[in-house]
Amino acid sequence: MMQIDARGMYYRDLNKMIKEAAWAGETEFILDNVNGQRYIGTGVDRKVNITINGVPGNDLAAFANGPVITVNANAQDAIGNTMNDGLVVVHGLAGDVLGYAMRGGRIYIKDDVGYRVGIHMKEYRRQVPVIIAGGRAGDFFGEYMAGGIMMLLGLNRKPGQPLAGDYLGTGMHGGVIYLRGEVAAYRLGKEVAVFALDDGDEKTLQKYLGEFCDCFGLDYNQVREEKFCKLVPVSHRPYGRLYAG
Amino acid sequence: MSSLIPAEFFVRVDHQRCRRCKRCVMNCGFGALSFQDRVVADHKKCVACHRCATFCPEGAITIEKNPLAYKESGHWLPEYRKNIMKQAETGGMLLTGMGNDRPYFSYFDHMVLDACQVTNPSIDPLREPMELRTYLGSKPSALEFEEAPDGVRLKTQLAPQVKLDTPMVFGAMSYGSISLNAHRALARAAKEMGILMNTGEGGLHKDLYPFSDRIIVQVASGRFGVNQEYLNHGAVVEIKIGQGAKPGIGGHLPGEKVSQEVSETRMIPLGTDALSPAPHHDIYSIEDLAQLIYALKEATNWTRPVSVKIAAVHNVAAIASGIARAGADIIYIDGFRGGTGAAPTIIRDHVGIPIEMALAAVDDRLRKEGIRNRVSLICAGGIRHAGDMAKAIALGADAVAIGTAALIAMGCHVCQKCHTGNCSWGIATQRPELVRRLDPELAAEHLCNLIRAWSLELKEILGALGVNAVESLRGSRERLRGVGLSRVDLDILGIKPAGR
Amino acid sequence: MQQEFERIPSGCAISGIMSTKGRRMNGEAIIRSIALMHERSNGLGGGFAAYGIYPDFKDHYAFHMIYHSEQSKMDAEAFLEENFIIDRSEPIPTRVTPGITDPPILWRYFLQIKPKRLIVFGRVDSPRAFVVNAVMTINNSIPGAFVASSGQNMGAFKGVGFPEDIGRFYRLDEYEAYIWTSHGRFPTNTPGWWGGAHPFCLLDWSVVHNGEISSYGINKRYLEMFGYCCELQTDTEVVAYLFDLLHRQQKVPLRLVCQALAPPFWKDIDMMDEAQRQMYTAIRQVYGPGMLNGPFSFVVASSRYMIGLNDRIKLRPMTCAVKDDLVFMASEESAIREISPDLDRVWTAKAGEPIIAELEEGAAV
Repeated sequence: MMQIDARGMYYRDLNKMIKEAAWAGETEFILDNVNGQRYIGTGVDRKVNITINGVPGNDLAAFANGPVITVNANAQDAIGNTMNDGLVVVHGLAGDVLGYAMRGGRIYIKDDVGYRVGIHMKEYRRQVPVIIAGGRAGDFFGEYMAGGIMMLLGLNRKPGQPLAGDYLGTGMHGGVIYLRGEVAAYRLGKEVAVFALDDGDEKTLQKYLGEFCDCFGLDYNQVREEKFCKLVPVSHRPYGRLYAG
Repeated sequence: MSSLIPAEFFVRVDHQRCRRCKRCVMNCGFGALSFQDRVVADHKKCVACHRCATFCPEGAITIEKNPLAYKESGHWLPEYRKNIMKQAETGGMLLTGMGNDRPYFSYFDHMVLDACQVTNPSIDPLREPMELRTYLGSKPSALEFEEAPDGVRLKTQLAPQVKLDTPMVFGAMSYGSISLNAHRALARAAKEMGILMNTGEGGLHKDLYPFSDRIIVQVASGRFGVNQEYLNHGAVVEIKIGQGAKPGIGGHLPGEKVSQEVSETRMIPLGTDALSPAPHHDIYSIEDLAQLIYALKEATNWTRPVSVKIAAVHNVAAIASGIARAGADIIYIDGFRGGTGAAPTIIRDHVGIPIEMALAAVDDRLRKEGIRNRVSLICAGGIRHAGDMAKAIALGADAVAIGTAALIAMGCHVCQKCHTGNCSWGIATQRPELVRRLDPELAAEHLCNLIRAWSLELKEILGALGVNAVESLRGSRERLRGVGLSRVDLDILGIKPAGR
Repeated sequence: MQQEFERIPSGCAISGIMSTKGRRMNGEAIIRSIALMHERSNGLGGGFAAYGIYPDFKDHYAFHMIYHSEQSKMDAEAFLEENFIIDRSEPIPTRVTPGITDPPILWRYFLQIKPKRLIVFGRVDSPRAFVVNAVMTINNSIPGAFVASSGQNMGAFKGVGFPEDIGRFYRLDEYEAYIWTSHGRFPTNTPGWWGGAHPFCLLDWSVVHNGEISSYGINKRYLEMFGYCCELQTDTEVVAYLFDLLHRQQKVPLRLVCQALAPPFWKDIDMMDEAQRQMYTAIRQVYGPGMLNGPFSFVVASSRYMIGLNDRIKLRPMTCAVKDDLVFMASEESAIREISPDLDRVWTAKAGEPIIAELEEGAAV
């Protein structure tokens, strides 16, 4: 196990230490006093565990391909940018543009997430990316989503508070978004519609939501007490009449 | 004696393919085709309106320019020679329809728009919000608010505002100059697309009363069809001072076009000439204009914006400033490319200035005087596509008016013979057998399609510019650059050259 | 330089701290906060605004000046002497700092308006209008002279360099303020012009801004209609002027000023109740030319307020936090944690939703 006091460290020095140790075979990292260092987990390229105590900087796990990262604080913008594989667990809230163009791996956020979460998420062959947010989300959740699985739980939602912002699933043309509770129709993008869950959905929920609940010590059945629904694109070509010859 | 002037066009009929259905003969509004064992063309009557060619089921008809060679002269172009011959034969003024067709320099074609790269992001107009909504009407320079038990409230009472879902209106075209079916199509499309149609000066047919919240009712010098009921059926009342195609020139609807319906709509006897003098004889000066503006506000109980439509002439900036100060809520400026149902060619082609220059000068002047907010600016006169529209808005227009483009959407082929009343497309005619050809529903659908398509294109432009509301382009000349313009042109347009 | 106006786009980092009780803090914390976001700047601009720093001159207009030459200083001083009583004139204290090269002449004046000069204005807020006029005149007609700030009991400290170096250069550890805002600049061009750094100030307004205002062209022309001259190579100054126009001149409540600059979408306005709908419709109709479009987050401060605002579709980041009487706003949460690891509350700002921190009633500042 490698424990690093990251206080005041420049991000390149910190990431270099992690990478070199990982390449030498180290698999357990604990980073204390992290504050704002960017790109943690980027370029590590193997299955290591990184525990971050403190607020990591932008682009946490950008292009990540394997590491399991646990953040014991809030996290900032652009987590899991173009992520390919691995797991990011944030015991707090996260910022905007989370999981941009993510193609694989899982990102679990305990609390709220910002704007444009899961934008351009896609799946390819056996890679199916997953984002689950335990809190509420800003506008454009699942924008341009082309594949993968997103869940928005609103566990901290107070009466009258919306689960998600506007333009939910706007431009979505693949994948599925699961919502715990209801969303007003006017908040939906024009490409998606709400459906009830089927047996396949139940399996998906058990698998990923189960794992999410384990990460944060939540009771799965209790989380499931509220009704879930799903959003899927209703047409693969919502822009049929857009162009003339 | 028949004219010795050679035909402008030749109608070529492929007699091998022709199956003698005579559809072309029936379709020609100008009597250019007849049937004597086979289709025979009187080439001199052909105006190239394309009606026959469009409806020939065998595709057997083409229209060609008369290839007759003239001895080259850079100065005495064939058309000038032909016009002189025509006038020598008749002693009359040359008359024409549509807008100025001379190849004047186009400023629109020498301005280009900006787009975002890196430092600010462009916006996806299809997936993210993109707002084109526009309100026409006078705005105060500031708002006042007051505390109420449930929070802050607006205290200022705004002057009447009319909502446009997209910054376009249809240009003013009277019933008389165009057919009732054309008016019906314009009204339906305006309602459907949340924009406005404009009665022109020919009154409002009662069939269009259900569309009254989408209609600009015009009050021109002849006051045709103007009464309280008419004013009540408009969303905007417009005083027509001038028209881009014929600044300073009046109008004349010949008696033969004053059919029963036109007569009822204009409230003039059947078959009498309808004369619109150039000036309003209650407006000989700017204070008289103010008097009429406030008379119309009083008549409509201060519930409608009052617009003043003028042609773009040399001193347009000062004139517009005067109009704003005279109490107008909207100024509609028609550039020298603006169309007409009938105008002396010499006026159409040689009087007035380009709308780009007029608009730039007016917007600048109103800003320098600190009164730009007092009026909305509608600009018109040759808006051909969404690019022209976006450039006009960037120069400072609140909305553009489209006349010729709307006519083309309904079927017009711009043959410029509106004044003859023979429009084969059923648009610029009152002949019942021709009017019947224009299906108002289909024409309305085409108009809606055009408005939709241009709106989509405008949204794409705004998205590329990285703004999501049209008011952020309006007057934002920083987003325009000139290509191949002189320093003075750039100065007047208030834009930088490309590369700066 | 300001005569040959060309706008330089730039990206940035911003941070602000306010004690709502008016408790004054030295500049160490804000320097550490902005320094943490070093990666967001490129060394071509940094700056700070500080409120409450001149308690001994709190009723004077404190003019922080940037001069390119002795001549411009002489010209500006002639103008100032004509219009103001100069109670103090001194160089702004600086220290030699690595990374800060070729500073211009930095000078400050504590001014009172000559009563005789004020008579031309007949309005209640005439002293402030007088100062606005003076600032516009200096910036636009005295070559090489630029007013960095002109408010009471506040000042702007800015220049070319990384913000932490600028902070040390200006000896901000020696000042105490109850509001500090700061900016690290990432311009996409190298004007090397100290006046082009943030904050932008007019009277007590100061603005630090991240992003680019795509609607700048019309915002500028709109402000020109009201006599504001935008000649300072940046889109940020329009924000300061818009606050001055709408709030100081037109008395629009601050929250509504923010909502005029980043208004609700029509679809949201259409869903409001009648009174609200009327109000927001009118705001968009009347203040549409002032709407700020494009990506931005900014922190605006005045003597009583610190205000954070994001664009309508949240294209720039901003995190807010509260700890006791302190309110924080920054481009990144880590910039806040750096100076206050434990926070009572932390949240990310919403698109177009103003966050307004106000000085408590009776706070002695």
